[in-house]
Amino acid sequence: MTLPAFELVQPRSLRDAIDALAAAPGMEPIAGGTSLLVDLRGARVKAETLLDLGRIDELRGITIDSHELVIGAMATIADVLKNPAVAEHAPLLVEACRLFASPLVRNRATIGGNLAYASPAADAAPPLLALDAVVELRSVRGRRQVALAEFFKGVRKTARKPDELLVGIHIPRAVPGTLSAYRKLGLRKADSISVASVATRVVVDMAGRCQAARIALGAVAPVPLRVAKAEAALTRHGLTVEAAADAAKLAAEATSPIDDVRGTAAYRRRVTETLVKRALLELVEKGGDGR
Amino acid sequence: MSGANVKPTLTGESRSSARPGRIVRLTVNGRTHEVTLPAHRTLLEALRDLGYVDVKNGCEKGDCGACAVLLDGKVVNSCLVLAWQAEGAAITTNAGLGTVDRPHPIQEAFADAGAVQCGYCTPGMVLAAKALLDENPNPSEAEIREAISGNLCRCTGYGQIVEAVRLAAQRLREKAPTKQGGEKR
Ligand SMILES: Cc1cc2nc3c(=O)[nH]c(=O)nc-3n(C[C@H](O)[C@H](O)[C@H](O)COP(=O)(O)OP(=O)(O)OC[C@H]3O[C@@H](n4cnc5c(N)ncnc54)[C@H](O)[C@@H]3O)c2cc1C
Repeated sequence: MTLPAFELVQPRSLRDAIDALAAAPGMEPIAGGTSLLVDLRGARVKAETLLDLGRIDELRGITIDSHELVIGAMATIADVLKNPAVAEHAPLLVEACRLFASPLVRNRATIGGNLAYASPAADAAPPLLALDAVVELRSVRGRRQVALAEFFKGVRKTARKPDELLVGIHIPRAVPGTLSAYRKLGLRKADSISVASVATRVVVDMAGRCQAARIALGAVAPVPLRVAKAEAALTRHGLTVEAAADAAKLAAEATSPIDDVRGTAAYRRRVTETLVKRALLELVEKGGDGR
Repeated sequence: MSGANVKPTLTGESRSSARPGRIVRLTVNGRTHEVTLPAHRTLLEALRDLGYVDVKNGCEKGDCGACAVLLDGKVVNSCLVLAWQAEGAAITTNAGLGTVDRPHPIQEAFADAGAVQCGYCTPGMVLAAKALLDENPNPSEAEIREAISGNLCRCTGYGQIVEAVRLAAQRLREKAPTKQGGEKR
């Protein structure tokens, strides 16, 4: 079945792209196309004109400096998997990307597209929330940064204005004592959308105290979310088996899942508790050997 | 240039009703074609219309991998790439790796291992295997299974397919004692 007809604009620079978007804010950006083309074909999205970001080299880079890692919006999931700076400073994101779709999709799907699409099940979102990521938006009006937690507004809704492009994701450099663990439940081992996913990260000081904790959930609420109450259970009581169980319960209580083809709401709530517990127990184990 | 472009089109869409489009240069298996295509034509449709019918149309949603091609050496679903986006890239289809008379070692291994049943998934499987072995000449079984996880075989002959990739890897390693240099392009 052929795609519905549309026009395609293919700028070669970010400047040209935001100019084009300012002139016609109804244009739909296309990055890897792995969500958009499927939606256009299924008539879930309509678009007269697509703005192809694929020829803008400046959006693809991954850079590291003295305080942050910056992943260009057009970096593919495969690019992220191969990058040594991401492996060093955002191993949590690497874990999620390993379980993301299939090799074929990973070679096209972009990090920016994953966030901009704002699916509750976007697999890059929980790790990036747990890594305190900030997204950068650009338009002819200028640039602004939005904490990822404030970027997601609802199912397929974000803080992005129609004339803005997501250009990059900023992640603070990993500090010593950082531990992280990721869990994803899909209906099969590979190439599956998350039924639920969990990203956890803690910073443990020299005395073994839990200085900071992040627990982020995917596919169990209208938006990927952090669960502050569960995080507090760890910072208050430390990285222990008991605190892990408490945090897992609190995390499950904070969900507002739906029934769909991949699972019921009740199932999602239960597996959230289990996934959080497993991820945190992995951290307890890692933290226990004095690392 | 493929002069004889009068085959019925995959889309069945009459050319006159389509938007006119523009001339696109597609380089497939080392050969460059100039074709006029509207923006919404997928690479899958364009390739089949050019006669590259070894690229199969399965689900058109990125789920099955039957339409796999290599874009600059990376395996992708051609149903999720617009033809305009593939301009300037080296596109490789299964037929670009080898022919019946001179098969590529991966293709030969698929035949030898009995990895072909109905054959519909085979071109995509071969390309997924090619992309894997280019990066990892000695994959574990788990790595082979992961590499073909985006390619569905509805005959479910996965055991032989995994064996074919292992066999191909072994033969390619034996063939190239130094390193797997001298790739196409
Ligand atoms: C077979 C298959 C398996 C999949 N498996 C997974 C999975 O396991 N996990 C998962 O999370 N997803 C999965 N997906 C969904 C999809 O691949 C991802 O969400 C992907 O990251 C989307 O990125 P893209 O670059 O392809 O975006 P596109 O499809 O190009 O765009 C998606 C949306 O984001 C907008 N957009 C894209 N980039 C920008 C930008 N820079 N600025 C502003 N707006 C932008 C577009 O306008 C569009 O609305 C799967 C898809 C398929 C087909």
